[in-house]
Amino acid sequence: MILQGLTFWVFATIAVMGGIMVVSSRNPVHSVLFLILTFFTTAALFILIGAEFLAMVLVVVYVGAVAVLFLFVVMMLDINFVEMREGFLQYMPIGMLVGIILLVELLMVLGTATISPEVLATGTEPIPDLSQRQNTAAIGDVIYTKYIYAFQAAGMILLTAMIGAIVLTLRQRPGVRKQKIADQLARRREDSVELKKVQPGQGI
Amino acid sequence: MIEILTIGLGHYLTLAAVLFTIGVFGIFLNRKNVIIILMSIELMLLAVNINLIAFSAFLNDLVGQIFAMFVLTVAAGEAAIGLAIIVVYFRNRGTIEVEDINLMKG
Repeated sequence: MILQGLTFWVFATIAVMGGIMVVSSRNPVHSVLFLILTFFTTAALFILIGAEFLAMVLVVVYVGAVAVLFLFVVMMLDINFVEMREGFLQYMPIGMLVGIILLVELLMVLGTATISPEVLATGTEPIPDLSQRQNTAAIGDVIYTKYIYAFQAAGMILLTAMIGAIVLTLRQRPGVRKQKIADQLARRREDSVELKKVQPGQGI
Repeated sequence: MIEILTIGLGHYLTLAAVLFTIGVFGIFLNRKNVIIILMSIELMLLAVNINLIAFSAFLNDLVGQIFAMFVLTVAAGEAAIGLAIIVVYFRNRGTIEVEDINLMKG
């Protein structure tokens, strides 16, 4: 129990520090790297709380895909990031004000809310004991039966996002020689090869 | 000393609230840089995921984890589309400052 508490405090502190550095660091590349740090520590917290599958998905999807995408875009765009820092301090007071008000509101809600005991007994999908069924298998049991339509819809969302991203960023540049596979396959022997009878001593 | 090391639902919810607030704060702080604003939105979605998973674990209900996965899906799609829009915008206008994005203002 003590080890769990210590682990939570360490990882939560690192996550919050990483989050602060994401929004306040001067270089956007550093921001992305701190974002990755935050995702990793949050994945560790997920493991601590027993959601192992979600922790692995978080690492694979966020760190492996989203953060790398951010890194690519930050490095590909030729932007003067120093110029972009102007007005940083100008918005600091209003940002602080809104942030503190929001945080206080959220913490006030947390401080007063309690969970009634009867809610605890009405879970629709109780988590099976880890020695009986692993977390991944338990999620699979539910997601492929009860939530299959939502799962398919999530797949459609990803497909739409993929097609959308490709369509948005695809550009046809004029004057670039490209391989036209259809033309190559449609070429027939008669179009390109001609047999000539060559008489001896005459040439063509 | 021992009670501070006993982690309950409130600890996770507080962590999520702090991360969410940092996300909101980041949007206010980086008014010019769209990429950092997108990163702040990712932080806020991460806070939502922490909330869902904490409730899932402490209420002993698996549905929270499943919905956290759906939130993750939407976040991934949103990041991909958002970054694609930024790349296209930069290609057309040569800048990504938020204050310059006002073509539709009239």
